[in-house]
Amino acid sequence: MNDGKIPHIKSVETRHLEEREALFRGLHNLDRRAFLKISTGAAAAAVAAGVNYPFHSFLPISVAYADDRPGFNFAYISDSHLYVKAKNERFIRQLLRAVDDVNALDPQPDFVLYGGDLAQLGRKEELDVGAQVLKSLKAPVHMMAGEHDWFYDMGHRWNELFGPETYSFDHKGVHFVVLMSVQEKDFWTARGMSPAERMHTVAGLDNAVQSAFEVGAAQREWLRKDLEKVSKSTPLIVFSHSPLYKLYRPWNFWTDDAEDVQALLQPFDHVTVLHGHTHQVLTNRIGHIQFHGMLSTAWPWPYAPQGLPALTVQMNRPNPFDVSDGLGDGSATVHPDGLVDKLYSLWNRNPMQVKASYLSSGGKSDIPVPPTLSSY
Amino acid sequence: MKKTASLALLLLAAMVQARADDSVAPPHSPAGAPGSNTVKLCDNKTTVQISKDAPKTHAEGQKISDALMAQWQAKNPDKDWVKEEVEAHQVVTPEDNSKLVGTGQSSTYGAVSQQDVQVWNNETYKMAVYGSTVFHSGDELGSDIAVSCDMCHPRAANTHPETYPKFQPQLGRVALLRDMINWCIEHPVRGKVLAPDDPKMRALEAYILAQRKGVPLDYGKR
Repeated sequence: MNDGKIPHIKSVETRHLEEREALFRGLHNLDRRAFLKISTGAAAAAVAAGVNYPFHSFLPISVAYADDRPGFNFAYISDSHLYVKAKNERFIRQLLRAVDDVNALDPQPDFVLYGGDLAQLGRKEELDVGAQVLKSLKAPVHMMAGEHDWFYDMGHRWNELFGPETYSFDHKGVHFVVLMSVQEKDFWTARGMSPAERMHTVAGLDNAVQSAFEVGAAQREWLRKDLEKVSKSTPLIVFSHSPLYKLYRPWNFWTDDAEDVQALLQPFDHVTVLHGHTHQVLTNRIGHIQFHGMLSTAWPWPYAPQGLPALTVQMNRPNPFDVSDGLGDGSATVHPDGLVDKLYSLWNRNPMQVKASYLSSGGKSDIPVPPTLSSY
Repeated sequence: MKKTASLALLLLAAMVQARADDSVAPPHSPAGAPGSNTVKLCDNKTTVQISKDAPKTHAEGQKISDALMAQWQAKNPDKDWVKEEVEAHQVVTPEDNSKLVGTGQSSTYGAVSQQDVQVWNNETYKMAVYGSTVFHSGDELGSDIAVSCDMCHPRAANTHPETYPKFQPQLGRVALLRDMINWCIEHPVRGKVLAPDDPKMRALEAYILAQRKGVPLDYGKR
């Protein structure tokens, strides 16, 4: 201390975040011994520093990797709601942060799912700037459309940039399906709305003039045919922008033909649905189907006042004094049996993991840490 | 509400008509075509011509009233803003109070008419509905990044006005609902902070409180 150099002092918060970061980054590719070393190390450091946090939430270790069984990861970024460049300052910065997060993952995920609502008002300029930012992702990207991308030009620019909105692909023995679940029945023609008015109506979450989201008969028929050639024991992972169940109609946390779509998925042994739109940690199970929400990079939504699935462990109510609280990105670990451990990488907070075993056990094991401050 | 307006107009129309019958045109009234009378709306501008021979029945009076109202609404298309706003965004209605009508001890203050109840209700609701228009518009708050309140608080969810006042360490003092509204306007919305008695601030408070109707007050709650 007396050699004339100023000692490099880090605050408790900085050290805490660094330790957490190291642990978090390493989680995806750990064997059990390395995991124990890191997690006990982090816990001991935390105790030594007098940091009071529930460090059992530092334990989202994926069993697939600890057991050296094959499995894989994919990452997600969702709901960035970009405006035209002049108005973009915050939302674009937040999307860039998510891209940096995903690019820093080591090893890299097999692919990145973009969960929809890249744009806020469906304009070409908004979609273009989003496409430009997403190009800097190192891993391949699979795109999904959201209602904010769609209702200005009915998907024209989105299709030009990213191709068809409904498609499927196979990856490492898992069949993936991407749906466009936010179709709406025509509410605009009778009201003589302009494209901008139509888009603005859909863009308001609590706007009651719009119709309910739906997958629609044509797409359900496509899904039925697509699944015909897939064996029932093949793991199935479905991406939809809206949750493929009925949660709360006044905010369109809802898919109107959810039961019909679920009926097509139920015959499969292992089905997981990942959805955007709800901007929060959201968990559900209906029969064989496990559902997970995705975080937004733009703003968090409150939990719906009714209809919240019993299996959902809420994330803490976002802090209004921190504009990026309750936001983030995340990833999913796909087990060899096709079930998914879902990781919510919340910015400035401990990550939350919702394991397949939590859902399979009906909420009896691997229960995520409950929130201190729940939603009003 | 429409019925009341129609009745009032009918009364007016009847009065004007009565005067026209005496061949005394109301002041500043444009001269009618021969064989017809001019009926003027209370805005002192809108008029309709009616035949002098038109039967003086309730149905005819209603026709005059409807014709005047239709003209006025065509000239003032945005005057249906309450209806439009409520169609898009549900706003909780205020306490009805109609059980007070005609009851009580007959003191001047205690005598409540149906009209009193209607005026209380309309005016109170209108303020909350105006708050809803401000709440759902980044432009109304001068946001330079097009962010509005409903983006994080659909139907004012998670605004919990019943928990104020409470100490907010980040503000360094005890915050009232309006302090939190202004914090949000300044930071996430990036608009212009409102004075405590600004009509927009008053309306925002009205809307947020309206949406929590029936929730017990619980100041200081986290």
